[in-house]
Amino acid sequence: MRDLGLADIRAGLAEGAFSAVELVEDRLAALEAAGELNAVVTPMPDRALEAARAADARRAAREPALPLDGVPVAVKDLFCTEGVRTTASSAMLGGFVPPYESTVTANLIGAGAVLAAKTNLDEFAMGSSTATSHFGPAVNPWKAKDDPRPRAPGGSSGGSAALVAASVVPAALGTDTGGSIRQPAAFCGIVGLKPTYGRCSRWGIVAFASSLDQAGPMTRSVRDAAIMLAAMAGHDPKDSTSAREPVPDFEAALGGGVKGLRIGVPREYRVDGMPEELDALWREGAAWLEEAGAEIVDISLPHTHYALPAYYIVAPAEASSNLARYDGVRYGLRSPAEVVEEQYARTRRAGFGAEVRRRVLIGTYVLSAGYYDAYYTKAQRVRRLIARDFEQAFGKVDAVLTPTAPTAAFPLGEKMDDPIAMYLNDVFTVPASLAGLPAVSLPAGLDGEGLPLGLQLIGRPFDEETVFRTAAALEAAAGFDAEPEFVR
Amino acid sequence: MSVLIEGRDGVWEYAIGLEVHAQVASSAKLFSGAPTAFGAEPNTQVSLVDAAMPGMLPVINRVCIEQAVRTGLGFGGAIARHSVFDRKNYFYPDLPQGYQISQYTQPIVSGGSVEIPGRTVRITRLHLEQDAGKSVHDRDPDRTLIDLNRAGVALMEIVSEPDLRSPEEAAEFLTRLRALLRWLGTCDGNMQEGSLRCDANVSVRRPGAELGTRTEIKNLNSIRFLREAIEYEGQRQVEVIDGGGEIEQETRLFDPDRGETRAMRTKEDAHDYRYFPDPDLLPLELDEDFIEAIRAAMPELPEARRDRFVEELGLSDYDADLLTAERARADYFEAAASGRDAKQAANWVAGDLLGRLNREGLEIEAAPIPAAGLGELVDLIADGTLSGRMGREVFDAMWETGKSAAAIVEERGLKQISDTGALEALVDELLAREADKAAEYRGGRTKLLGFFVGQVMKATGGKANPKLVNELLRAKLEE
Repeated sequence: MRDLGLADIRAGLAEGAFSAVELVEDRLAALEAAGELNAVVTPMPDRALEAARAADARRAAREPALPLDGVPVAVKDLFCTEGVRTTASSAMLGGFVPPYESTVTANLIGAGAVLAAKTNLDEFAMGSSTATSHFGPAVNPWKAKDDPRPRAPGGSSGGSAALVAASVVPAALGTDTGGSIRQPAAFCGIVGLKPTYGRCSRWGIVAFASSLDQAGPMTRSVRDAAIMLAAMAGHDPKDSTSAREPVPDFEAALGGGVKGLRIGVPREYRVDGMPEELDALWREGAAWLEEAGAEIVDISLPHTHYALPAYYIVAPAEASSNLARYDGVRYGLRSPAEVVEEQYARTRRAGFGAEVRRRVLIGTYVLSAGYYDAYYTKAQRVRRLIARDFEQAFGKVDAVLTPTAPTAAFPLGEKMDDPIAMYLNDVFTVPASLAGLPAVSLPAGLDGEGLPLGLQLIGRPFDEETVFRTAAALEAAAGFDAEPEFVR
Repeated sequence: MSVLIEGRDGVWEYAIGLEVHAQVASSAKLFSGAPTAFGAEPNTQVSLVDAAMPGMLPVINRVCIEQAVRTGLGFGGAIARHSVFDRKNYFYPDLPQGYQISQYTQPIVSGGSVEIPGRTVRITRLHLEQDAGKSVHDRDPDRTLIDLNRAGVALMEIVSEPDLRSPEEAAEFLTRLRALLRWLGTCDGNMQEGSLRCDANVSVRRPGAELGTRTEIKNLNSIRFLREAIEYEGQRQVEVIDGGGEIEQETRLFDPDRGETRAMRTKEDAHDYRYFPDPDLLPLELDEDFIEAIRAAMPELPEARRDRFVEELGLSDYDADLLTAERARADYFEAAASGRDAKQAANWVAGDLLGRLNREGLEIEAAPIPAAGLGELVDLIADGTLSGRMGREVFDAMWETGKSAAAIVEERGLKQISDTGALEALVDELLAREADKAAEYRGGRTKLLGFFVGQVMKATGGKANPKLVNELLRAKLEE
């Protein structure tokens, strides 16, 4: 049952090849066996089995099948789950049990999905390695051919990516602020989609940077990502920034092919020091799409260079404010002191790790009187320019093809002492985040060390259909079927 | 009227501006569905959003927007088609989010004015913001407790220009503004319950000179305290200047027990609030139709109604002012005056009714005599059934018993005697009995008329129609 995709599960349950309980028991066992990945913060076996039994009962009662009936899904531990500890991989929320269910997980439960575990992430989703987690780093199931060192799964949705890549679960939930779904998907050789900002509700997701955070699916195929997104998405009156756009049948868009589509290749993404094999893979991806009938167009996104610095102003600014609520007064960690200011300081020093503290400090600084215009206002201006770059490009092309990340998965522990090097991981993913655009990463090949490399497709706002359609064509052409050592 | 402060070498003038925090009349909070009942048990009016639980998001309450627009239209402000909610960041235990959602650079209302006697006071702006919770220091000896019932309640902050020139004018402005809010139904104006609070920015200057450095007196919760605090602060500032000192820009608190203001924090330790647009909320876009629908449903405003009472109903300026000080009062008066002599109705409402309400400390909504009932009483006097004096007696009985005027007249046999024949017989009998006095009257001692009237009234137990008695006596004595 290891390799079943969502459509396979749907068919298997319908034919009676297996029951939801059998499937979930099998996957829970796999989850337990995958402990070395440190991908799980909190397993949810009881709740999972209960949901599986309910799915079987529905089938026995001949109720119409739900789109995700019996599908085991791992959930990034940033989504609040009612009655199940939700930590954001932070000591601050180490014992926090929300009395409410996030909209996206509630949508999945409503679609019949079986939530199986809460997965490890960079603390408060701040990082590109899952190494800033209070619960220790998650481990990439992939290893380099001639290098036994464990690799980072990327981040911040590293735990979710690792479990899907290791074929423990067919699908997982991630969130993406500047690349936190796409970069780990690329590092782990899976499909990860960040939808258009506003496509999925943010209600009940522990906030990092409100104007950027989006939930998205992480799966082993483009089809499964489409099935997942359809179940997750939709307007939510509880989130003012969620869009009133109808949710199309994403799965139906997959067979459309790319004939007649124009795919842009932005010259600014060809950065210095990019590995030659990544550049080659990118060219190969364009060639595959061309062969499938698309027209490849050289485009310019002139402000790309400014995206990363703008992102590292806007995201910390919002984070510094969003994380102010963790003050030890109402819930979460409290380190008591005689006076309240001292209690704040002690609580936040004990509750937040170094990377979170760094970003809170950066964010506080860039919003300060006297610095606000030089940093925050200017970054917002850059953000508008980047969005305009894409708008102009989408006058000429239907989607944009780029690499997902500048390197393959790096060894665990690397770059931890060099925040700038770590931040550079996001260089290709951040522009679409700032512009609020849908973007998918899919595995396109292996590098010389046998590590997966991902390509990214970026689409127009609320045009996930074209993204899926193009990704399906690219997926078929790439024929990526390598498996990590962990699975072998 | 301007009031000047005597300094050591010349006079000083006040320049006062107010920041009024008015709780929006709404059953739910600004960004959550939680209720806003006053006086509820601590922490019972709190939603997950108000408690700033992880992942919770604000959603704007349409009613609060409507109320802000209604208020802005009420003082003639410009309603912004596009306004923005910002985060004002600071740590405080009763501020759950670690920031207050407010409007900083782009408020929902700009401009407008409020008239006070002798001056037009300009309004700078009105913006919407969240209230904080309450820190309770006196329930537990060792700890501060937090009550979040108020956290997230919608406030309108209404800021005036420094146009006010005396403590009295400041009090008058706040009184008028409060009446307007109550008139519009956008704030209940209850200062004891904290629905209306006020900060005062106070400075002094030589008459007509540039504005001086101001201090801000925080959280004044009665009109009397506002007046006293400004009075004290103006004197203090002049004394500081006269003593060779300089006014420091600072925040001060008023101590009502000592009647003085004290420095709370200076400019140096002022917060850096790190305002930025709240990314959880889209900018507030209002279309013309939304604003026009509110404008179309606006009640007649106090000044327009006052003018109409004078011009169309013939009321005195004084009565018209009095009767339009509160919308409920004006409504009561118009109902009582409907279909009858408005001036008579105005006399009863402005005189007896308001007097009695005032004595008993009641609002007009709680008056035991309904407006229509008071109108009936006015009718009974107009048609001669009751004399004015009897009318007062009936009014008192209506107040005590809640019965109608007609029922009381019936019960007590209070009907005025207006039967000319019966009164004429009484008059004839009296003049015959008191022939000497009648002769004196005819000889020029016309003051005796009062004596004769009194005798008739006494004989009828006060029920004789005094006007008729007068006429009859005069006719008989002068024939």
